[in-house]
Amino acid sequence: MSDWHTSTLTQLAAGLRARKFSSAELVRAYLQRIDASQAALNAFISVTREQALSDAAVADRALAAGAAGALTGVPIAHKDIFCTQGVRTTCGSRMLDNFVSPYDATVVAKLKGAGAVMLGKTNMDEFAMGSSSETSFYGPVRNPWNPQLVPGGSSGGSAAAVAARLVPAATATDTGGSIRQPAALCGITGLKPTYGRVSRFGMIAFASSLDQGGVLTATAADAALVLREMAGFDANDSTSVDTPVPDYVAALERPLAGLKVGLLKEFFDEGLDAHNERRIREALKVYEGLGAKLSEVSLPNLPLSVPVYYVVAPAECSSNLARYDGVRFGYRCEKPRDLADLYRRSRGEGFGAEVKRRIMTGTYVLSAGYYDAYYLKAQRVRQLINEDFRRAFGSVDVLMGPTTPTPAFAIGAKTSDPITMYLNDIYTIGANLAGLPAVSIPCGFVQQLPVGLQIVGPHFSEARLLSAAHAFQRVTDWHTRVPPGYA
Amino acid sequence: MALTREQIASIAALARLDLTASEFPVYQDSLSRILEFVSALDRAHTADVAPMSHPLPGLSQRLRPDVVTEQDRREHYQANAPQVAAGLYLVPKVIE
Amino acid sequence: MSAWETVIGLEIHAQLATRSKIFSGSATAYGAAPNTQANLVDLGYPGVLPVLNAEAVRMAVKLGLAINARIAAQSVFARKNYFYPDLPKGYQISQYEQPIVAAGALDIVLDDGEVKRIGITRAHLEEDAGKSLHEGLPGVTGIDLNRAGTPLVEIVSEPHLRSAKEAVAYMKKVHTLVRYLEICDGNMQEGSFRCDANVSVRRAGAHQLGTRAEIKNLNSFRFVERAINYEVARQIDILESGGQVVQETRLYDPDRGETRSMRSKEEANDYRYFPDPDLLPVVLDEAFIGAVRATLPELPDQKAARFASQYGLSAYDAGVLTASHELAAYYEEVVRELPQEPKLAANWIMGEFAAALNKENLEVGSGKLPPGRLAGLLRRICDQTISGKIAKEVFEAMWSGGASADAVIEAQGLRQITDTAAIERMIDEVMARNPAQLAEYRAGKDKLFGFFVGQVMKATAGKANPAQLNELLRRKLGG
Repeated sequence: MSDWHTSTLTQLAAGLRARKFSSAELVRAYLQRIDASQAALNAFISVTREQALSDAAVADRALAAGAAGALTGVPIAHKDIFCTQGVRTTCGSRMLDNFVSPYDATVVAKLKGAGAVMLGKTNMDEFAMGSSSETSFYGPVRNPWNPQLVPGGSSGGSAAAVAARLVPAATATDTGGSIRQPAALCGITGLKPTYGRVSRFGMIAFASSLDQGGVLTATAADAALVLREMAGFDANDSTSVDTPVPDYVAALERPLAGLKVGLLKEFFDEGLDAHNERRIREALKVYEGLGAKLSEVSLPNLPLSVPVYYVVAPAECSSNLARYDGVRFGYRCEKPRDLADLYRRSRGEGFGAEVKRRIMTGTYVLSAGYYDAYYLKAQRVRQLINEDFRRAFGSVDVLMGPTTPTPAFAIGAKTSDPITMYLNDIYTIGANLAGLPAVSIPCGFVQQLPVGLQIVGPHFSEARLLSAAHAFQRVTDWHTRVPPGYA
Repeated sequence: MALTREQIASIAALARLDLTASEFPVYQDSLSRILEFVSALDRAHTADVAPMSHPLPGLSQRLRPDVVTEQDRREHYQANAPQVAAGLYLVPKVIE
Repeated sequence: MSAWETVIGLEIHAQLATRSKIFSGSATAYGAAPNTQANLVDLGYPGVLPVLNAEAVRMAVKLGLAINARIAAQSVFARKNYFYPDLPKGYQISQYEQPIVAAGALDIVLDDGEVKRIGITRAHLEEDAGKSLHEGLPGVTGIDLNRAGTPLVEIVSEPHLRSAKEAVAYMKKVHTLVRYLEICDGNMQEGSFRCDANVSVRRAGAHQLGTRAEIKNLNSFRFVERAINYEVARQIDILESGGQVVQETRLYDPDRGETRSMRSKEEANDYRYFPDPDLLPVVLDEAFIGAVRATLPELPDQKAARFASQYGLSAYDAGVLTASHELAAYYEEVVRELPQEPKLAANWIMGEFAAALNKENLEVGSGKLPPGRLAGLLRRICDQTISGKIAKEVFEAMWSGGASADAVIEAQGLRQITDTAAIERMIDEVMARNPAQLAEYRAGKDKLFGFFVGQVMKATAGKANPAQLNELLRRKLGG
């Protein structure tokens, strides 16, 4: 047994290429870690053991032949929101419990093409609707730092898996913070790219104008390596952007001196836990030490981002989830009396409580007589928030602030009150509304629980965000901390 | 903005969701609170602001050449279907 | 004058003749085995996304230009949300607030020859739904999604139509136009061209519109006429007996010849339209529109005007001959071979030829009688080889046997007799055989002239040149 799991993905990829160890060895070791942790963490919905071992063998042959891609032989996991051909793809829902995707999502195909070996599909909030990974049909995911606590959500399975070093990288999606918030609560690096940077084809839709695929890793350098393979134009996604993908890895060492950092005034509000704030302020000092120029900026409309989100996201979700009707795929109720009964019971029984809540909220805000007051109004305020960001990026390069108001909270603590749960995403939603890239990196601990620093940049500034994160990780070691019991 | 039980029933009907008796009060309460919460939007002045339905401004729809790229994969696709016969997806009798 | 005025607006759905679907690469061909032309996008599978077909956009623009409409520099796709088993995603991608084609107009000709301009509110792109099949499936409905995602252009008229006849004339005009433009095959039996009719009635002279009923899915001109007439009578009955018309969706039952309420569609018609976040605004610049404009053919009205002036046809004849571009092309082929006889050609094409096609339910382009063949027949009328009457016999022989006019004339010995001496000989024989009639004629009974014409024609099996016969007979009978 080696210390592979404490290596970074970048180191593992290099080790594989240098043939220091084989993909098969690596895959077996990680599968063992997954098995050993499953009862405690519930991070996976499916483990694709046979396929992983056979893919590892193929990878090893490619490595031996010197025909390796950037990620050949590297184990990864996919959030169970990405369609994987021939593999059950549930989106954390009873509705898709028996759904075997006939095709690969573009992200899955690209990473496969780069040589990555999939170990399994990670647990998540049902249809990515949640901030705690408690709404999954397959039970809650637990935080590796403390199993009584949530890992954040909706990509909680991916975050817990990477934090517990069950896999060196996992894909994830972010509609309102679902990559960054669990990254913060689990003490890892989470990158949400610019809207349109990563194809949404094959990524099961929650809110189409906000959803964006990204990655969870231990380090910013690992995220750069994976993003370089995931990103790019896709003719199957009309909203994907036809802009060349820069070499994020090569850009990592870009000097930080002179970086103009805006401190988001609205993020340092009364909702921010004082201990969290202290860790964030300390991190900002580190940046100052690295030569960053800090200044405070204000985005006056940003406090309205949560209300905007809870109109726009449910509206889009109510329409996106109308296809789950028990006719062509997915759950169908027993013995429907008639068509109306088929629809109502298949959907009523197939969807969980939070999904139904959002479908109903969305149905309401789009319905006749309410559309202007809710949906249209929200899209106008969204424009104001977007303009706030644009103005801010006129004077600073990046914005910094906390990723979450508090560290991880107890399982069950917020399930009874949706508003309290929704407010977890208060610092992350703005980037989704404006389609901006953002990264969360570990920046310290509060009572043995990790805290995340968020960096937001203008459209297509991933290289800059990753190099800024990388600069921080070169002088700190928060990203190397592994939860006790998983070291 | 408190919703009535009847409003919940009509939203659920529109969304084709069967709700149990115990779910009604839960959704009545939480949807009412969500609407109350989002009513904060009323404070924003948006008179001359265009609604933003897409996060990246200035992009336009790309057009695909008119080429048939697909082959028949019916059996494969219908493997996920709850009920099929003679290549058709089956549902309870529809009365028009 | 009726006490009631009928007000009709039509929503015509024309399937665009693209090879692939509007948002996917599936084929659009009609008649394939169920669900063999439905891919993941058409089936609304989790995770799939739409990508717009360029040809569908070009076709919609072509239509817009042909009705002199403004083409929107920016149009937006929206989702129309409703549940129905033949609608896989639970929403139809359509256009709502910003359609690709804004206001335009078409002229129709009324029975009295008056030209009436019918306003077109808009035309927009959308996807078709699949089909629900009920027959032969006890207790269940089968869903075939081959049609799902076929591009449609929906052409919405203003409520300018005042009778079922006007509605049919307008629908025929649009039908002609889309086929001229080659954007729709116009096949109504296969559902490629169909309409919904919004029908209401109001007291003559009233300004406010009455409550309307929408009759769905009319797929023949005859059904449009019958359904509207039935619906108008039904609404007048209701109003005259003090009732109120209910705004609803109705279905026409061709077997019973009546419309009935479609309760299934009534349940919830709150469509919750909103811009489709999976598609970006469609932005068309002048270069794109100009390129489409360059592909516009001569349009039906332009062609009819040209036919009238170039060939000296009546407006009516020009209208009939340009009703389809195939028929107009056929006519012009015939006239090219017979430039001096455009009217004769028109009469024969609208008469014998149209009747023969009609009888066998054939299209102009069936190839049954190529234009060169018909021109060959007409040439023999012009050069007096045969009379017009004999020509009809020859036409029938050509139609059923496929031979040329000359071959038929030769084989059946139908060549006209123009030899004066021969005709005179026949006249002499007839006069000799009918002395009594001859005496009566010469005593002043002029009407008997026809009797002698008939007798001579009978003796020549109709082949005597009629003009020559008349002249010679008049001279002989006069003594």
